[in-house]
Amino acid sequence: MRFMMLVKHAENFGHPPKELMDAIGKLSEEAVKAGTMVESGGLAPTAVSTRVRLSRGQVTAIDGPFTEAKEVVGGYAVFELKSKKEAIEGALRFMELHKKHWPGWEGETEIRQVFGPEDFAPKA
Amino acid sequence: MTTTHTHRAIDAVWRIESARIIAGLARIVRDVGLAEELAQDALVAALEQWPESGIPDNPGAWLMAAAKHRAIDLWRRNKRLERKHEELGRELAAKQEMAVADFDAAIDDDIGDDLLRLVFVSCHPVLSTEARVALTLRLLGGLTTEEIARAFLVPEPTVAQRIVRAKRTLSESRVPFEVPRGPDLAIRLSSVLEVIYLIFNEGYSATAGEDWLRPALCEDALRLGRILAQLVPSEPEVHGLVALMEIQASRSGARIGPSGEPILLLDQNRARWDQLLIHRGLSALQQAEELGDALGPYALQAAIAACHARARTASETDWQRIVTLYDALAQLMPSPIVELNRAVALAMAFGPAAGLELIDTLASEPSLRAYHLLPSVRGDFLFKLGRFAEARAEFERAASLTRNARERDLLLDRARACAGGLPQPGLG
Repeated sequence: MRFMMLVKHAENFGHPPKELMDAIGKLSEEAVKAGTMVESGGLAPTAVSTRVRLSRGQVTAIDGPFTEAKEVVGGYAVFELKSKKEAIEGALRFMELHKKHWPGWEGETEIRQVFGPEDFAPKA
Repeated sequence: MTTTHTHRAIDAVWRIESARIIAGLARIVRDVGLAEELAQDALVAALEQWPESGIPDNPGAWLMAAAKHRAIDLWRRNKRLERKHEELGRELAAKQEMAVADFDAAIDDDIGDDLLRLVFVSCHPVLSTEARVALTLRLLGGLTTEEIARAFLVPEPTVAQRIVRAKRTLSESRVPFEVPRGPDLAIRLSSVLEVIYLIFNEGYSATAGEDWLRPALCEDALRLGRILAQLVPSEPEVHGLVALMEIQASRSGARIGPSGEPILLLDQNRARWDQLLIHRGLSALQQAEELGDALGPYALQAAIAACHARARTASETDWQRIVTLYDALAQLMPSPIVELNRAVALAMAFGPAAGLELIDTLASEPSLRAYHLLPSVRGDFLFKLGRFAEARAEFERAASLTRNARERDLLLDRARACAGGLPQPGLG
């Protein structure tokens, strides 16, 4: 099963401490070694992003920065795992690192399953 | 958290940590079977204690510590017995304390080497292929006996027995818990790769609608392959195998039609190929290419798969390169099936006459006598050459050989289409 982890947080929190980055680096390295993390990345600030939106029959492209969002997706990772529970376990460990190394930081990791061929397979 | 909730969390932790725990313990106790039992004991302790105490902050370390305590208890008990028997004095007690300290240091050592040792022991040639597969999935893949049984369509007691016997064999043959060196390494590594690819193919051959545990074997094999690639990054064939599996797995979503019928590679909807896996496969192949002068059998097969993966449409396929790769594969790993594939590539690259010339040398091959793809491919070449009467006979023969009803219909359709073609002048 493939899962996408979306890490959401407020954008104005400043740079993460080095200890956190090191700890995350170690966790990611372990996940790569375990063959479970197949892709990951950090996203540029929404200030330099663009939203192309369809609303009331009109398609418009609006450049950032945007004001309304409290928390935005700042990074993502794609895992291949046996179960959602395994994904939750991984996300718990990831968030524990934030708790330990970045006091006061708040945010969330959203776990979304990516549909695979088995989800569309005809029923026997 | 409810107890079921905790149990599911323990399941996940076990899946993530068990291989490392078993590997670490196996080095200490020098017995894979005993190591697994100790790890299982720790798991039982977690199942008893965590619902009460809550899940510890570092569950992996907790399990490792629990297993370690059991190992030390066992060791002390054995030593006490030994002491009684041999009347050893204080000296031993001192040694014992030292050994415990060594134990702590050893368990904190780099875990990578332990995992690699566990891989080689699980795939040891003293074991039957079935036993290697079962033990690898159990110890490294973290699968339960029941899961392995369901995935391989065999009764659970059969798998349980295979695992028990395998552990006994390893123990009785005194198989050392180590990574083979020198010329041994290549032979032993090929056994490991074979086991992983076998697991992959078992999953890949599963059809839609079967128990999801069967197709999931592909993911288990991929995970094992990726782990191995991290453990022995200097071995090109490991990357070759990973590349081959990633690229093959990328087509899972496209290779079976809505009513469960297989869709041939060239007819597949390439938009449904998994680009993430293709990307990973191509970069694994690149690593294999950078490491070795000549590609091994897995890397060659991966390189062929990569030719298809790189082509945006079937007509953009680089058939000439595929022919070159099949030439190399036929030299390394001569087999009638490789020749049959080479004939198809030749026909695609240089026209049906070139393919026919090669395939005609396979006509007397005993291993292909009942293989429907031989007449089916030959019929296709003949059809393209306008030799319709001969083509029709081949398609009919292929139809009589296949056991797949859908495929038989397809072949009979092609046979009928031959009748519509104009007979070749001179053939009468």
